[in-house]
Amino acid sequence: MSELHISISAQPIFVWGNYQVTNTMLVTVLVTLFLSLLAINAQRFLSRKHPPRWVLFLQTLVESFYEYVQSITPRHAARFFPLVATLFLFILFGNWAGLLPGAESIGLKTSHGFVPFLRGATADINTTLALAIFAVFSVQFYGYKFRGLRYFTKFFDLSNPINFFVGFLELISEFSKIMSFTFRLFGNIFAGEVLLAVIAFLVPLFASLPFLGLEIFVGLIQALVFSTLTLVFINIATAEHH
Amino acid sequence: MGNDAVVGITIAVGGIGPAIAIGLIVAKALEAIGRNPEAAAKVQTIMILGVAFAEAIAIYSLVVALILKFV
Repeated sequence: MSELHISISAQPIFVWGNYQVTNTMLVTVLVTLFLSLLAINAQRFLSRKHPPRWVLFLQTLVESFYEYVQSITPRHAARFFPLVATLFLFILFGNWAGLLPGAESIGLKTSHGFVPFLRGATADINTTLALAIFAVFSVQFYGYKFRGLRYFTKFFDLSNPINFFVGFLELISEFSKIMSFTFRLFGNIFAGEVLLAVIAFLVPLFASLPFLGLEIFVGLIQALVFSTLTLVFINIATAEHH
Repeated sequence: MGNDAVVGITIAVGGIGPAIAIGLIVAKALEAIGRNPEAAAKVQTIMILGVAFAEAIAIYSLVVALILKFV
């Protein structure tokens, strides 16, 4: 197995001043550009009487995701949809970017070994940690916005010792949410890339095709799980208690 | 025992619990859909959430195994 090298962290491809730009950062920017250009282009056609087919197709996808959000939060769907859909789309294309032909396989040979130009955006623990902190922070934000200071009585309840201890546990559980968001996404996507690399190493031709199909499915499911969990946590945080 | 054996045992033992959990979750969800097919969409959403929670445990041991292997 001497030729198989897998790096658990993203590798720097060039240095900008004192700042190392890694391959996952490059993919993050490319995914953002792609999604923005797609949205801007589609938006120009929306006001026309007969939008082209691909715009109608995108509209169908967005609408079906909106219906899915509506099935979880019937009352505040319009409020939470932009946040959740943004998370979903970014994670989905971040996951799929690592499966593109050429990603993980075209790169430079440096003194640290082989450095690919492109690497799945979510196959880097820094990206998933940032997404997780953002998601959990937005849960606290909406909790405060909907329930005011009463939201924080969940964490700091001085009415009796048992409630105080329960509040302490609730506080810890918010941090464990960040951990579990981070590791779930990173573990799934990185494990998928390791799986593909190992299969391609063992059998160079055709054997990795079914696993590519599996990874496309896993990427979709993980994006869905991340956004659904965010939505469910927001839903719990904003619900009025008895 | 070599490092490779430790890595193998980490993910093998860590996979047992989540495997049982996911099996139970999906079995119960199928039972629920069988009893009330109209609730299939709702049951599916909650099932996927539950599976994701159970799967996270396996992912923790997977991450530990990957760190032991590659770092």
